[in-house]
Amino acid sequence: MHWDVVWNNMSYLLLGAYPKGPLGGLALSIVMALVGIFGAFWLGLLVGVFRLSKKAWLRVPALIYIEIIRGTPLLMVIFWFYFLAPVVLGKSLPGEQAAMIALIVFTSAYIAEIVRAGVLSLPKGQMEAARGSGLSHTQAMIYVILPQALFNMIPSFVNQFVSLTKDTSLGFIIGVTELTKAATQINNRTMNAPSEIFIAIAAMYFLICYVLTAFSRRLEGKINRYQARGR
Amino acid sequence: MAYQFDWGLVVSGEYGVMLADGLVTTLKISALSIALSLTLGTIVCVMRLTKVKALEWLSASFTEFFRNTPLLVQIFFWYFGSAAVLPVSWNKWLYAQDFEFAAGVISLTVYTAAFIAEDLRSGIYAIPKTQLEASRACGLSFLQAMGYVILPQAFRIIIPPLISQFLNLIKNSSLVMTIGVMDLTYMARQIESQTFHGFEAFTAATLIYLSISLLVSGAIQIYNVRVLRLGR
Repeated sequence: MHWDVVWNNMSYLLLGAYPKGPLGGLALSIVMALVGIFGAFWLGLLVGVFRLSKKAWLRVPALIYIEIIRGTPLLMVIFWFYFLAPVVLGKSLPGEQAAMIALIVFTSAYIAEIVRAGVLSLPKGQMEAARGSGLSHTQAMIYVILPQALFNMIPSFVNQFVSLTKDTSLGFIIGVTELTKAATQINNRTMNAPSEIFIAIAAMYFLICYVLTAFSRRLEGKINRYQARGR
Repeated sequence: MAYQFDWGLVVSGEYGVMLADGLVTTLKISALSIALSLTLGTIVCVMRLTKVKALEWLSASFTEFFRNTPLLVQIFFWYFGSAAVLPVSWNKWLYAQDFEFAAGVISLTVYTAAFIAEDLRSGIYAIPKTQLEASRACGLSFLQAMGYVILPQAFRIIIPPLISQFLNLIKNSSLVMTIGVMDLTYMARQIESQTFHGFEAFTAATLIYLSISLLVSGAIQIYNVRVLRLGR
């Protein structure tokens, strides 16, 4: 076994060429995941609320968006943004940006479904009472329904964040030097320690995702204990 | 420079055949991985319930590890690094086959099995404990009770999540293009680089994936309504 290959390249795996060059490696993966979840949360919230709307011109486009994105592999979505940006925008997007936009668009469809499930799982009386005390539908959503629903959904959001963290590895395919790309570069250069390198980066991803998963499980227990769900 | 659309490119001729070949490869790798991951997932799940500490621990670490690492990394691990972890004879056999395809099947199988094991476990927890106790009291061994009493009921419950797991597998199978399996995504990418008609190629591939997904999720919907009688 050649674990020294991993140790010698540890700074490249963790930070990429930074500080002498652009940020890469695990740090870039984490940045992509954070930007991705931030963008996907807001976009997903919007699409999810549209999906629940009574107005067909809001509901139907949201439904189509969700079904198309959820029926397509993430890799396809990434290709759409990477290879077709030149056709649509007239100039090509850098890999990092294309990957992040694709991650946001892809994850937002899943977040929208989480939002929908969260809102539908609240007792109907909440909406009726809010409307009954004089709030408009939008006000009732913002002040009464969403705060409760979002709180219930925290564990699902964390799980989605775990998926997103794993999905950042697909940036590799369009040449983003995140952790997986950094690892394949080192592997191509050294050639003698493929299993060590990939076990090492798997362990890094695992550490992040497992901590988040464990956190979400504890949270779920806590939320279940004092939050009334269901009809 | 305006982009010239040429839809004929992807529906007929050389490139149409390429896409069709890609679809066949995608379906082949998915079908094989679905069958294997269902088997492996069931074994891992039953191990978790044996009350033998070592087996339980093994099964728990299997599911946690493979669920929490990216599929792409697992694909690279099996493709580049399998020589270090698998016995020599196994590797020889694998190299004699189509090794890219085999590495793809192994990684998709192992990754999905971890998810299936968890789904199946929640299905088994949904069955009253007395079922196992009663069948043990009737004189069945643990494995017999599992095979004849518990699992048939649990599988019935988890059919919808199981099918969406299979759907994920079909979508995830697009990642095997990275190690050179010529699946649908690989072919679309290939057409893009040979003709610069990426728009048509990716649209065709996306529509194919989409119709597979919609067909399958339609089937789940029907199952939910007709068999499980979940109201709509």
